[in-house]
Amino acid sequence: MNDDCNDGDDDADDDDDDDDDDDDDNCSLEGNYLNVNMSLSSKQKATVKDFFSKMSTRSDDIGAEALSRLVAVYPQTKSYFSHWKDASPGSAPVRKHGITIMGGVYDAVGKIDDLKGGLLSLSELHAFMLRVDPVNFKLLAHCMLVCMSMIFPEEFTPQVHVAVDKFLAQLALALAEKYR
Amino acid sequence: MVEWTEFERDTIKDIFSKIDYDVVGPAALTRCLVVYPWTRRYFGNFGALYNAEAIMGNEMVANHGKKVLHGLDRAVKNMDHIKESYCELSQLHSDQFHVDPDNFRLLADCLAIAIATQWGSAFTPDIQAAFQKFLSVVVFSLGSQYH
Repeated sequence: MNDDCNDGDDDADDDDDDDDDDDDDNCSLEGNYLNVNMSLSSKQKATVKDFFSKMSTRSDDIGAEALSRLVAVYPQTKSYFSHWKDASPGSAPVRKHGITIMGGVYDAVGKIDDLKGGLLSLSELHAFMLRVDPVNFKLLAHCMLVCMSMIFPEEFTPQVHVAVDKFLAQLALALAEKYR
Repeated sequence: MVEWTEFERDTIKDIFSKIDYDVVGPAALTRCLVVYPWTRRYFGNFGALYNAEAIMGNEMVANHGKKVLHGLDRAVKNMDHIKESYCELSQLHSDQFHVDPDNFRLLADCLAIAIATQWGSAFTPDIQAAFQKFLSVVVFSLGSQYH
């Protein structure tokens, strides 16, 4: 392991945190000083839109594959699909539903400037009807990222990765907005 | 004790015999530092880490990525005693490096993505499941001696 790392000095105050990836300022000091802005910079929004546009011909595959992987890698997620005859990876209902979900994600890309407002009714659906534990949004996001990196290894650079990961996290937050 | 199917054992051995450590290790650590910038807190003496380009060109990051990936070898060779194999390393990460163990999970996710970029569709759902199960055992073991 790393012999040089952390000889007990306090590295906690990393001044570089605000400068990552040529973003516009990530730190908003208006009102409450704890109001750190973790939402997407305009550059990151452009990165997300650009990558999703490149992905569009394969979006169905990615959606179907991502949900298959969710139930394969995190079998507990099958608990939400007990009403299906077959909730195994690669099954028809799983693939079909994965495509539906991906359609929703693409729709959210179009609403990237106001995810909370744009996803209000979807949030109500997830909150009052589906009641999916929000932890699963993260798990599905990870599976989507794996699929993107499989199908677009050159385009899915670390810079694209961070922008898309942030976007999916923002999307998840917007979906959980109406939960409580 | 963790139970492994024959498929899982074969898959883990297969993955680690096929990956290029010099590519996957650096790629995984690089992604971790870019995607989860708070992880840079542990590498204050690694020089330039202020943006993605700097991290991707940083030789210390690359070398450390290889080192960390090789750190998984002992788990591959000892799949029935992973927790015991990492006892000392867990203590080290806790008492000397003071690494928040959640970071091990973040790096594990980046490792899955790094392999996915290399293998494409060969990284099937079943293989991903076996690999992530293996990593979650390692992650748990590395966190086991924290107090």
